[in-house]
Amino acid sequence: MAFSIDKILYALLTIFIVLNYGLVLQGIMPKIAARVGGRYGIRWYQPYIDIVKNHAKRSQVTHGIMFFLGPVFRLTGGIGLLLFMPVIFGSPIFGNFSFAGDLTIVLYFQFFGVLGMALGAGESGHPHSAIGVSRGLSQVTALELPLTLGVIAIAMQYQTLSISEIVAEQQGGVMSWTMITNPFATAALMLSFLGSMGRAPFDVVLAPQEIPVGPPTEYQSGFLGVLQLNRAIFPVAKLILFMNLLYGGATSWVELIIKTFVIYMWSVFVGVVFPRFRVDHSVRWFLGVPFILGIIAILLI
Amino acid sequence: MEKRTVISPEGESFEVDPMKDYFCDARPKVYEPVLPIVEKFLNWARSESLWVLGFGTGCGAIETRPLMTPRFDAYRYGIQWRATPRQSSVFIISGYLSVKTLKRVVRTYEQMQNPKFVMALGSCTINGGMYWDSYNTINRLDHYLPVDVYVAGCMPRPEALLAGFDMLKKRIREGKGEGANLYAENFDWYKANQKKIIKDWDMPDYNW
Repeated sequence: MAFSIDKILYALLTIFIVLNYGLVLQGIMPKIAARVGGRYGIRWYQPYIDIVKNHAKRSQVTHGIMFFLGPVFRLTGGIGLLLFMPVIFGSPIFGNFSFAGDLTIVLYFQFFGVLGMALGAGESGHPHSAIGVSRGLSQVTALELPLTLGVIAIAMQYQTLSISEIVAEQQGGVMSWTMITNPFATAALMLSFLGSMGRAPFDVVLAPQEIPVGPPTEYQSGFLGVLQLNRAIFPVAKLILFMNLLYGGATSWVELIIKTFVIYMWSVFVGVVFPRFRVDHSVRWFLGVPFILGIIAILLI
Repeated sequence: MEKRTVISPEGESFEVDPMKDYFCDARPKVYEPVLPIVEKFLNWARSESLWVLGFGTGCGAIETRPLMTPRFDAYRYGIQWRATPRQSSVFIISGYLSVKTLKRVVRTYEQMQNPKFVMALGSCTINGGMYWDSYNTINRLDHYLPVDVYVAGCMPRPEALLAGFDMLKKRIREGKGEGANLYAENFDWYKANQKKIIKDWDMPDYNW
């Protein structure tokens, strides 16, 4: 791939759009949940203010180099996941750094941020961070199993490891989406997707009512600001990944926003309906139905 | 909190000084505000995103809970509850403060990051209230922590609390929410006051 300055500018543009979309989503979702609960809810632009405020804190405490790098790794995980996918199918501007084997690197970036965060939170020395990290890692490890099985099933189905080609194969109407052509892989992926969104029933890692806020317990000021940026980018990147793999990708931003919003609502609905799992529950759950669905998806290809 | 010798699993023995190894005892710093026009914007952001530390002291803790419910819903004013002092900016002292709790309150306050604001509820924090002659509670919170806003009452209702938050926002926007700097400037005075009350002072003078 030849180096070009345009490519970098396009990548920055993608990050900018996705960041804003993610922040607005972050504001709208609690608002919807609040309206369901009979409250007025936060302002839709509250996430923006929170980020400005966290960066505006005058003092910050660091516990060492890994502590410093934790949020950086986390943000790298989010941006990496985003930039190695074709965000808009067929667009030379928003195709970004998609290449022939991007499906594997995308799988890797799913886990990258969590590991970086584990190292960073570990150095803070706070017991709540350590417990949060061990919970988070065991949950992510369990949900990776159906995720990987589903992705392998899709790769076998289309005989490719390129997300662009997978999206290209799905063009031509709803009937050619993976959702229809490979329902078992879709089911496995969508169930593991629930776990990776950090919403109930799988939010024991970050929930403030559990051990206080989990891994980022010691993170404050600018560190927390960077984590919040990632919390806006990472879910949207994941939504785009699932949209590309299962629902035919998007050829315009409008289509992307509609599709990702609907996919996000799936995790919100489940989160509103079901109570929180403990980690041993969620690990067992991921190794149950989603895992079996993943195996069936591979066997049926 | 004395020095002690610890033997590691490998059989090595080394000395641990809890006061030095577990705490940082650097004095707090005064942070000057930046350019006025920028500071004005930052102060607006600070005032519209108040993260409250969920630290329940006294009976007022029960009055802050209804703020999260549909009836009062403080979230719409940008007020959220955080479970860790590192991330929160508003410390609510919700009522009488016993000597034992004061120690935890001081530690928690010092772990919060500048700028930080203190809101004191009820008459107990103003002059001791109904506990003014108790052997075990402090009378004036202002002597131990720089208080930004008092909400009077015994106990103040959630409506009064919302009014208090409004007042706090106004103060922050006017650039008067400099409690953390005040604490750093008059550090020795605050420490002397705290040590007068807390007899078993077994921590460094400043521990963040």
